[in-house]
Amino acid sequence: MYRFIFKRLLSTIPVLLVVAVLVFSLLRLTPGDPAAIMAGDAANAEQIERIRAGLGLDKPIVAQFGIWLGRVVRADLGESFYFRIGVAELIRQRLEPSFALATLTILIAVLVSVPLGVLAAWRFGGWFDRALMGFSVMGFSVPVFVLAYLLIWLVSLKLGWLPVQGYRRITDGFIPFIQHLILPAITLSVIYIALIARVTRASVLEALGEDYIRTARAKGLPEMRVLVRHALANAAVPIATVIGIGIAILIGGVVVTESVYAIPGLGRLTVDAVLARDFPTIQGVILFFSFVYVLVNLLIDVSYVFLDPRIRY
Amino acid sequence: MRKTLIAVAAMVAAVGSSFAQDKVLRVVPHSNLNILDPIWTTQYMARNHGYMVYDTLFGTDEKSRVQPQMVDKWSASPDQRLWSFTLRPGLAFHDGAPVTGDDVIASLSRWGKRDAMGQKLMSFVERMDSPAPSQFRIFLREPCGFVLEALGKPSSNVPFIMPKRVADTPADKQIEDYVGSGPYIFKRDEFKPGDKAVYVKNPKYQPRKEAPSGTAGGKYVYVERVEWNLALRDAQAQVNALAKGEVDALERPALESYEQLKAAPGISLVNKDPLGFQYMCRFNHLHPPFNNPKVRQAALAAMPQEPFLRAQVGVKELYRPCPSMFTCNTPYGSAKGSEIQSKSNMKKAQELLKASGYDGTPVLIMKPTDLAAIQKLPDVAAQLLRQAGFKVDLQAMDWNSLVSRRAKKEPPAQGGWNIFCTAWVAPDIWNPLSNAAIGGAGEKSWFGWPTDAELEKLRDDFARATDEPKKKALAEAIQVRAFEIGTHAPLGEYMNPLASRKNVTGWVMGPGDFYWNVKKNGD
Repeated sequence: MYRFIFKRLLSTIPVLLVVAVLVFSLLRLTPGDPAAIMAGDAANAEQIERIRAGLGLDKPIVAQFGIWLGRVVRADLGESFYFRIGVAELIRQRLEPSFALATLTILIAVLVSVPLGVLAAWRFGGWFDRALMGFSVMGFSVPVFVLAYLLIWLVSLKLGWLPVQGYRRITDGFIPFIQHLILPAITLSVIYIALIARVTRASVLEALGEDYIRTARAKGLPEMRVLVRHALANAAVPIATVIGIGIAILIGGVVVTESVYAIPGLGRLTVDAVLARDFPTIQGVILFFSFVYVLVNLLIDVSYVFLDPRIRY
Repeated sequence: MRKTLIAVAAMVAAVGSSFAQDKVLRVVPHSNLNILDPIWTTQYMARNHGYMVYDTLFGTDEKSRVQPQMVDKWSASPDQRLWSFTLRPGLAFHDGAPVTGDDVIASLSRWGKRDAMGQKLMSFVERMDSPAPSQFRIFLREPCGFVLEALGKPSSNVPFIMPKRVADTPADKQIEDYVGSGPYIFKRDEFKPGDKAVYVKNPKYQPRKEAPSGTAGGKYVYVERVEWNLALRDAQAQVNALAKGEVDALERPALESYEQLKAAPGISLVNKDPLGFQYMCRFNHLHPPFNNPKVRQAALAAMPQEPFLRAQVGVKELYRPCPSMFTCNTPYGSAKGSEIQSKSNMKKAQELLKASGYDGTPVLIMKPTDLAAIQKLPDVAAQLLRQAGFKVDLQAMDWNSLVSRRAKKEPPAQGGWNIFCTAWVAPDIWNPLSNAAIGGAGEKSWFGWPTDAELEKLRDDFARATDEPKKKALAEAIQVRAFEIGTHAPLGEYMNPLASRKNVTGWVMGPGDFYWNVKKNGD
């Protein structure tokens, strides 16, 4: 398996290289000039030209790419045009809120959705199953910002239980940290609950039709043990895949939720960087996201070995 | 075990709640702060940051009059060529070093390389010196009438005074040392771009004795700390946070929220800048059809201000038509020459367009989709121009694409443009030297690049004029000429009141967002 992991890690290099070339080229093709944005509204063309030269944007594109790639190879993502600090430091600052939000969201989603999915499969065709399927459709359909505003109105403004916005680092205290995170995490988790519950239901339903389940029941095992130990355990691979992809998407940043709840995470950073044509930051965060995706996929693949002993690499 | 857990939780909660300390003013500024050099950029956020950290030689009060700020005494020689200034005693930078004439000269020199009005002033300056640590002198080649206006310029770029070692930074490079002598100290270690910026009270700051007014008067600080929330950008989330008391003020709440905020308990709307902002649409003079002055006249005639203001602002009490290209209710605000726009109608616009020889060349209007403050103006312009007989190509893009594209001098078909609309804060346009839109220096002018020797000569005459009646007459002549050649279409003025919790008082009147004199009660 170590050989497999090593090979997979090695394969990230061409993936990241392709991403780097694509992102660099696409950014240079899109309209927009970071120098004009930084100069402000009253600046004239001459001032903008001076700023462009200062940023190195007056050099040929191939030369710009060479300089940037040379830095990336030395693990230097460069300095943000817009924020004027190192891109790596910027990602580090924004990673904690995104990581905290993603973790809590997935935690809520898994704790809620897996039992619901198993129960729905167990009571296939019954009222609970139909209710869960209805909730799933709703969970997929309601836009995140609508749900966010509704929750803020009810939980924060009417009931006054939680703050309406903001993020507190865990070093500021665990209670404020969780108080500020719980509402955005619930908002985000709804769609994941809907998704994971459906996948769990389908997988467990398929497993429940297998011979070994009939055998287990025939042996007189308690139904809970049949459901959890035999059906759920055998249905775990697709569920783990969905959860893994969910984590990767969440780390990548959830722009709307971060905007509505004013969370300074990677999603907001990406949007700000795109709007400001902050090339080094966009390139840096996309490379980082690509790396996270590759890494999460690798972890999912590795997890299959533990979830299903029949799988070998 | 359970008791221990509860005790730990209580301790953690106590640490967390230390954030709600007394005398912290939590504000949502109007935009993000990313550039910390108010001389390098003209961005208003950098200007506001500058007013926190730095002080100015002169200020401009809420009645647009220049008043001394760091300067104690000053005099001009009878021939108006030598200006001598003495600084107030006790002025010091945050690091304890006294403010000297050398710091002033270095700061003015750097500002004079970046700012348009500064460049104009420097074209008159022969040399500057500092005969004593608390004094500095400006020697002019010939008299000019805007020395104090330039030194007291309230908006971007403001001639902030920095330590000489900082001001010696080349003008095209951003500063990296944020020591000033202003009422607040910037907490560089707490600055998280896109998240928050923090300023603490400068305990050594010595305010003037006069009452605060605009950027002039005593800058008394009554809070210990000001936190700018840079992460809270969603308009409705801002209103929610203010309603819940999680922030103390919104610098510029969305105009759509005006009625909601007006009715909300515990919230005040403070119209602290009655001069407000002026909207305008700019014509590109380089390319057809607006390289023809008769076509620009027709466009002006087709663009009365009321429809723009109604569509964009909506709230009657927050806007006013203003026929002047300079800010109304300021010394140079006048209706002279504006008749082509203010007393026109669509029929006349159609006649003018027909007489102009317009050949149906499409007018490319750039519309910013992400800037709520101006995004409806291009729609109205497009509709009115169509009614007048123009063929219009309305192109949507984000604001940053627009500011990049407007710098392009190529024809519209090759990535250029014909019209864009924007808004100016009052001091940026209230006199002929600060108003970038009425220049006539061709490709050296602001975007749109009008060329008009007569306009430039009038502006030069204004710069040289030293008595007020003559300046006023010249300002009127400049405006008449600007309407004649159709530099741009002024679209009226609007105000954007600040929204704050009722326990926050003392907001300073004037153009800009200032945090001295603000008191937070009940903390």
